[in-house]
Amino acid sequence: MLSYTLRRLAFAVPTVLIISLIVFLMLDMAPGDPTGSLPLTIPLEVREQIRQSLGLGEPVFVRYFKWLQMTVITEPLHILAGLTGWDIAPGGPRILSWQTRSPVGDILVQRVPQTLWVVGLGYLFGILIALPIGVISAYRQYSWFDQVGTFVSMVGFSVPTFFTGIVFILLFSVTLGWFPSMYDTTHVVRDWNSFLFQAKQIAMPVAVLALYNASQISRFMRASMLDNLNQDYVRTARSKGMGEQTVVLVHVLRNSMIPVVTVIAIGIPTVFTGAIITEQIFRVNGLGDALIRAIYVSDWPMVQTITFIFAILIVLFNLIADVLYGILDPRIRYD
Amino acid sequence: MLETSEPVLQVQGLKTLFNTRSGNLHAVNSVSFNLQAGELLGVVGESGSGKSVTMMSLIGLLPTPPAEVQAGSVMFGGQDLLKLSQRSLQNLRGRDIGFVFQDPMTSLNPVFTVGFQIMEPLRRHMGMNKSEAQARAIELLDLVGIPDARRRLKDFPHQFSGGMRQRVMIAIALACDPKVLIADEPTTALDVTIQAQILELVKELRQKLGMAIIWITHDLGVIAGIADRVMVMYGGQVVEYGPVREVFANPAHPYTRALMTTVPSVRGARAPKLNVIEGQPPILSQHPIACPFRARCPKAFDRCGRENPARYDVAPGHDAACFWDYQTGAPR
Ligand SMILES: Nc1ncnc2c1ncn2[C@@H]1O[C@H](COP(=O)(O)OP(=O)(O)OP(=O)(O)O)[C@@H](O)[C@H]1O
Ligand SMILES: [Mg+2]
Repeated sequence: MLSYTLRRLAFAVPTVLIISLIVFLMLDMAPGDPTGSLPLTIPLEVREQIRQSLGLGEPVFVRYFKWLQMTVITEPLHILAGLTGWDIAPGGPRILSWQTRSPVGDILVQRVPQTLWVVGLGYLFGILIALPIGVISAYRQYSWFDQVGTFVSMVGFSVPTFFTGIVFILLFSVTLGWFPSMYDTTHVVRDWNSFLFQAKQIAMPVAVLALYNASQISRFMRASMLDNLNQDYVRTARSKGMGEQTVVLVHVLRNSMIPVVTVIAIGIPTVFTGAIITEQIFRVNGLGDALIRAIYVSDWPMVQTITFIFAILIVLFNLIADVLYGILDPRIRYD
Repeated sequence: MLETSEPVLQVQGLKTLFNTRSGNLHAVNSVSFNLQAGELLGVVGESGSGKSVTMMSLIGLLPTPPAEVQAGSVMFGGQDLLKLSQRSLQNLRGRDIGFVFQDPMTSLNPVFTVGFQIMEPLRRHMGMNKSEAQARAIELLDLVGIPDARRRLKDFPHQFSGGMRQRVMIAIALACDPKVLIADEPTTALDVTIQAQILELVKELRQKLGMAIIWITHDLGVIAGIADRVMVMYGGQVVEYGPVREVFANPAHPYTRALMTTVPSVRGARAPKLNVIEGQPPILSQHPIACPFRARCPKAFDRCGRENPARYDVAPGHDAACFWDYQTGAPR
């Protein structure tokens, strides 16, 4: 198992490096300039000085390695120092957002919690809803429960989140007035009432994401259960006199979870990227919102960093999925 | 010994059909047979003749729907198994009746250890705690000839060879000392030397434990080697039934006769070439109103197309379902 994990890890590191190069070069070649949004009255020499001070005059590979060093060492250390109070923040330049002139790491630290709460809860609830629905739908295939579940998940899966989001806002905020339509990031939970408000304002974006994720995962769960319900070992379990509950919830479920768990793990980063749209609709100023704004004003360092974070997440969760697969499936573990 | 002992299992007029999208499929039609205590009943018949469906019907192992056991009775221990609730059947399965299936590669759950899978019925039926079940599991693996039993309990099925897995399956089936063991082509998926080993094992276990066995196979040679009695099935029906020696000496049904000539070495002498029974198996979309074998039968005459022959006594304990009298060579 250890060598299996190390093998996977050995593949992950070069993958991340190559992605970092691509992300850097693509955005480096993109049109746009840190001085592009400055007033036209600023003379050319001053603009050139600004460029130099941002390190843009150097050859591209020098800039890449500097960028890489700042992205994977300097910024994370600064963030860690900020979170823990340890004195580990290195000196030297940091990645600065062209838009705000403050370090990218500091901006992200403010943005990530919102995204984690909304997206994380959306995914978590999605999973919690999806698994039992998938199990029951498969066990009672073609029952009314299964038919309704199939229909709802088809709708939930094929209707984009920006549409469900708007429908939710129209229905529950505008018409019924149950929930606020905008997410107030400055809100702080202090007591029961402020907690209730937080729960209310987070409910709709979480519901939109949960519905979407649940549709997808419940389909996977159902398909995987159906696959396994027809296996010979299920008949063996019944022939031993095991009750239906044991047969389904121990024998079949344990096998069915193998592909589902990997799908869930692989899906986590795509949920981050997919949540960009949900964040826009509900005005959650999370990571996705930061990315969109940075793209509007050609703030390439910001875009590079967020894109790179997404890429790392994808590679990381693929790795986690592989390892989980090995943990769950003894046939792989004992390779 | 054959005729005197009390039957442990009495099957009467069993009828099972499948409700499929393309209509009904009458897989088992009026099957009746007895299983005496301690005897080994061999069941033969070509693919699709209803051997597996018959045995699974006995104990409620068929998926319902599509399967439906329509008629018959299965007397076991003084009760009719077809009338029992799912719950009572569960209590019976694995405790009084053990099953071994054809494919050992897929019959064990890949994600649980072999030990867990053997201990499951012990804890379910015998109320054993973990250490008792473990001790018994080691005993069982020893019994079926798996060396180093204690250590192997922790292994997963994929760490065993096919033959070893079938031994594990047998250990599971025998875990609670069942009165009846039903083995559905337990050696078909194994290569020849392993087949022979499993057969030896079963012979030995029978001597030791004395349970009755139903052994489904395609191989008449196996039947000749281990069975006390044989039941030949065709098109979801029993076409011949009797003590092995009797049936092999005087096969009374044309299908049994054809089967014997397709087997090269049943009675030592090699047939010059492997005979294949010509024609197609019957279509089971209706309850049979004629003899299912007539289309392929060399002896068929007009009555065979009008009526489905009932089983008649050829000799004491030996019967066949045919209108043709093998002794006179004329219609009965
Ligand atoms: N789940 C099912 N649904 C529909 N038809 C079935 C099902 N299981 C079995 N049958 C049909 O019932 C008939 C009898 O099948 P059965 O499995 O008992 O044959 P068998 O004698 O065991 O054959 P084999 O030697 O190939 O195992 C076949 O025609 C088969 O197609
Ligand atoms: Mg079969």
